[in-house]
Amino acid sequence: MDLPEIRAVARPRTRDDLPTCGAESAWLAGGTWLFSEPQPGLHALIDLAGMGWPALEPSAAGLRIGATCPIASLEALAAATDWPAAPLFVGCCRALLGSFKIAAVATVGGNVCLSLPAAPMLALTVALDGVARVWRPDGTEREVPMAGFTTGPQRTVLAPGELLRSIDLPDAALRRRGAMRQASLTAHGRSAALLVATEETGRFALTVTASTVRPVHAAWPAAPSREALDAFITDVPASLWHDDVHGAPAWRRHMTRRLAAELHQELLG
Amino acid sequence: MTVLHVNGQAQECDPAPGQCLRTQLRALGWFGVKKGCDAGDCGACTVLLDGKAVQSCLVPAWRAEGRAITTIEGLGEGGLHPLQRAFMDAQGFQCGFCTPGMVLTASILNPAQQADLPRAMKGNLCRCTGYRAVADAVARLRHVGALPGSDAAPDAEAVVTGTARYTLDVDMPGLLHMRLLRSPHAHARIRGIDRSAALAVPGVAAVFTHEDVPAWLYSSARHEDFRANPDDTRLLDDVVRFVGQRVAAVVADSEAAAEAGCRVLAVDYDILPAVFDPAEAMRPGAPVLHDKHAHRIADPARNVVASLSSRHGDIAAGFVAADRTEEITCDLQRVQHTAMETHCALASMEGDRLVVRSSTQVPFLVRQGLADLFGLPPHRVRVLCARVGGGFGGKQEMLVEDIAALASLRLGRPVRLELTRAEQFAATTTRHPMRVTVRVGATRNGQLTALKVDVLANAGAYGNHSPAVLEHSCNELMSLYRCPNTAVDAVAAYTNTVPAGAFRGYGMGQTLFALEQAVDALARGLGINPFEFRRRNMVQPGDRLDEPHGLLDDVEFGSYGLDQCLDLVERALFAGPGLPAPEGAEWQVGQGVAMGMLATAPPFGHRAESRLFLAADGDFDLHVGTAEFGNGTSTTHRQVAAAVLGTAPGRIRLRQSDTDLVGHDTGAFGSTGTVVAARATETAALALRERILRAAAALTGHPAAECRLIEGAVLCGNRAVPLADLPGAGTGLAVMRKADAAPRSLAFNVQGFRIAVNRGTGEIRILRSVHAADAGRVMNPMQCRGQIEGGVAQALGAVLHEALRIGDDGAVSNPAFRHYHIPTWADVPRTEVLFADTSDAFGPMGAKSMSESPFNPVGPAMANALADATGVRFTAPPFTADRVWAVLAARDDAA
Repeated sequence: MDLPEIRAVARPRTRDDLPTCGAESAWLAGGTWLFSEPQPGLHALIDLAGMGWPALEPSAAGLRIGATCPIASLEALAAATDWPAAPLFVGCCRALLGSFKIAAVATVGGNVCLSLPAAPMLALTVALDGVARVWRPDGTEREVPMAGFTTGPQRTVLAPGELLRSIDLPDAALRRRGAMRQASLTAHGRSAALLVATEETGRFALTVTASTVRPVHAAWPAAPSREALDAFITDVPASLWHDDVHGAPAWRRHMTRRLAAELHQELLG
Repeated sequence: MTVLHVNGQAQECDPAPGQCLRTQLRALGWFGVKKGCDAGDCGACTVLLDGKAVQSCLVPAWRAEGRAITTIEGLGEGGLHPLQRAFMDAQGFQCGFCTPGMVLTASILNPAQQADLPRAMKGNLCRCTGYRAVADAVARLRHVGALPGSDAAPDAEAVVTGTARYTLDVDMPGLLHMRLLRSPHAHARIRGIDRSAALAVPGVAAVFTHEDVPAWLYSSARHEDFRANPDDTRLLDDVVRFVGQRVAAVVADSEAAAEAGCRVLAVDYDILPAVFDPAEAMRPGAPVLHDKHAHRIADPARNVVASLSSRHGDIAAGFVAADRTEEITCDLQRVQHTAMETHCALASMEGDRLVVRSSTQVPFLVRQGLADLFGLPPHRVRVLCARVGGGFGGKQEMLVEDIAALASLRLGRPVRLELTRAEQFAATTTRHPMRVTVRVGATRNGQLTALKVDVLANAGAYGNHSPAVLEHSCNELMSLYRCPNTAVDAVAAYTNTVPAGAFRGYGMGQTLFALEQAVDALARGLGINPFEFRRRNMVQPGDRLDEPHGLLDDVEFGSYGLDQCLDLVERALFAGPGLPAPEGAEWQVGQGVAMGMLATAPPFGHRAESRLFLAADGDFDLHVGTAEFGNGTSTTHRQVAAAVLGTAPGRIRLRQSDTDLVGHDTGAFGSTGTVVAARATETAALALRERILRAAAALTGHPAAECRLIEGAVLCGNRAVPLADLPGAGTGLAVMRKADAAPRSLAFNVQGFRIAVNRGTGEIRILRSVHAADAGRVMNPMQCRGQIEGGVAQALGAVLHEALRIGDDGAVSNPAFRHYHIPTWADVPRTEVLFADTSDAFGPMGAKSMSESPFNPVGPAMANALADATGVRFTAPPFTADRVWAVLAARDDAA
């Protein structure tokens, strides 16, 4: 929709060009959320498209995902790599509520920075031990593990003026086997629970998203028993179960337990 | 200056920094780019950018610079794209508002996406069709002409090419834009509004508040007889009674300026106590919503808009005589029409005449409403609609025309008002939420002895259609079964919530939901097959129709196919194909059936008029009042006229829905398009045929009895006289005929489902869906099937997915498609549609209505299937997985 309160759009090309992103400004990546709701009080956009950040940089260290990488590009990469975890790219990208038209425009960075509970890029990057590289307004950088990036629905650790530059997925994580499960009230609908599990020679990790207000992540150095895994979920505090029109909290909790058991079965037998 | 390359043309423009591509393209004249939601949820604004499909409402306009933009108008590159042809061949549309986005999206799918259409097309919403017709178009199936009578819609090519004009698809010089400031409070008195800051916003032309409007009270609901609705609404009021009620209107030379004006309007509210629950609203001490002098409110002091009670026989004795009784209380939630085109109007002055272009089902009733409101003689008001982007009852209201007209009358300039999707959800009208209790009793051999119905309807803050909905919800309902002892008590109460209004089914969808479950439970309790129980007790031709106020006295059994419908569904449900049940012990399978009966027109009077002319070129001009919003009446009018006049439908030029064309037309609601409006066309065509034959006889000397009409000519003996050669062609050979709804007949519908329910997740899967309809003689099988599929899909949304939520503050808390889930491609199963073989004594060419009635039995059939599968009665839709699981888990825990 039109955002009639926007008065200016900055189009920086380098980091030095970046204007201060104050309370009345917003970083613009794909725009699929910014332009989908009225944005009262927002008067300036800073368009990141001209920054020219590479979308995807695979290397021996792993995969660097540029914050402006379209979600569909990440999905497409899966077919071109042999990382055991690559099928998770496809599954998580397809867990997006928006259709392929949205996935082609919406960005990985935008998805994690918006941090809706159902954000599938959160599930993926937390599960694969992602590390966010954040540009600070003073010209320095900091790194934030994705497991601690989101603090609640549409809340992150980003301070005013900070900008997500990229997310690094380490090679070790990409070499794990992964599996995922999604629950939704409707076919191809918004995730009410989105779980990703990874396994590597006994090491097991579980990431719970969508059913909780922020990702809940845990790793076990040795394969947990089914009961231990279930106990981990039943111990999640009641305040973390998400409540909105896309699923009642009790059902989300129930589905999370159920899907976690399925993942245990799939990866640990 | 920005240059956009659209459909091969370079066009200069100057988009605002926050402007999206959708509005920029429309400003450049590409009206095939539609606004369905403006939020990236519905896909109606889809265009191609460098060959890739994008939703243009989400793309900043300046990002499209230097890229090749293709809108629906440019897809065919001068001709029809094969997919546009396919959408015509399969008639893959009804109202057509979603069609440009559907076609463009489908046009670029890769093979993998084509193999998984439910996923690939999830970003394209259609509210009319239920997607089957769209899927058939994508699959290149041909339905037009495949069965006798399956004529194409007259505007098919315009719809698929994006050249069909909807309400706001016009450019008008000097156009002003209106935005509305809406109340943030559920109940408040306005102490004052300071408009100075708003008037100081550059571009703002005027601000209108309650100080500027007539004191006149009226109803936004529109009926042939205005007394059907309570007069409780002011154009702008100094008391607001729900969150979202309009407080003030700002008119400016751009939408942005009007919006800016709204932001700085300073309103001083005196906040009043509010009540959101209809039962609480009727208790002593509850806030009174309408204490003013308002007309036709049943009991304003108790917040009662309307009530009715009726008794036949001895209800107490009836229950004493019963060997078994069942009682069920159902809570039917608030759902929304979500027509893809939001409410919108464009008012302008032509001399001293007010001209309003509107997205309405009732142009003539809107004209009457505007004339009354502004004290104008009706001939000084003209209301017309272009093609309407869906209605479903929501546009049987005057929700935008009044305020747009006020501004145009005062300013003398054209004024446009287009509601946002959020406004549409939060501040227009909804289906009536209802609590319905049904108690039924029968003897052990399955004879009904007693039927008691109690209804409590939530009217919302204004009465609108409440009295009529309440009556309609209890009319045919009480006569669906032969029962000697019946009683009904129904009441509709005001609350400080968004008003309820007319919605497909008009109350019957809610009450039938409870009745058909109670009857089902009773049959099962007695060990009688539910089909068999219905056969023993269902209404029979000639039965007296019991209802409270004599409103069915003009109804006759012009035909009767309920028995056939039950047989058809029973056979198809158990014998026909369907999906296999999923494997696993957690899945439980069940079958359910429900039936409904609906009079073929509303009870408050319904009139139509058709004017038919033999034109100078030998073709026919047909002028009718009724609007086209995907209901297909345009096709029907042409088919009826062509059949009588012995010509091809293509030789009937149809103009419609303009108060300047004919004298009166009640409008397109109550499923009257065929049975009333087309009846006027049929009688006009019969009269014109007679006159043409007489003219030909006079010209040739042949007796009129030996002359007959063929395409383009009259055959007199061996001589064919071209119609254009007849004296009077283009001048005197013209006929006007009127029709009304009396006598009304009865249409019947039966729905059956086989479903699987997962105990462990609450998920429901539909394995088989069968619908049988008694539509009389089916004039256009393709179109009638489409209406039924659309009704089934909309009803599936209401029973499985949709709920408009009201928060603690009284506001609608989910006013967006992403939070109010209407069925997508993936949600709607194929429904096998079967027709009873009947022909109606009263309907034109034996036809009966078929657009509302398919909705009604779908919900209870689903609930009955759910009860069959699980052993639990589900009484509060929507049956989403979380709610189904919660009920089953609670039951299992208790066990």
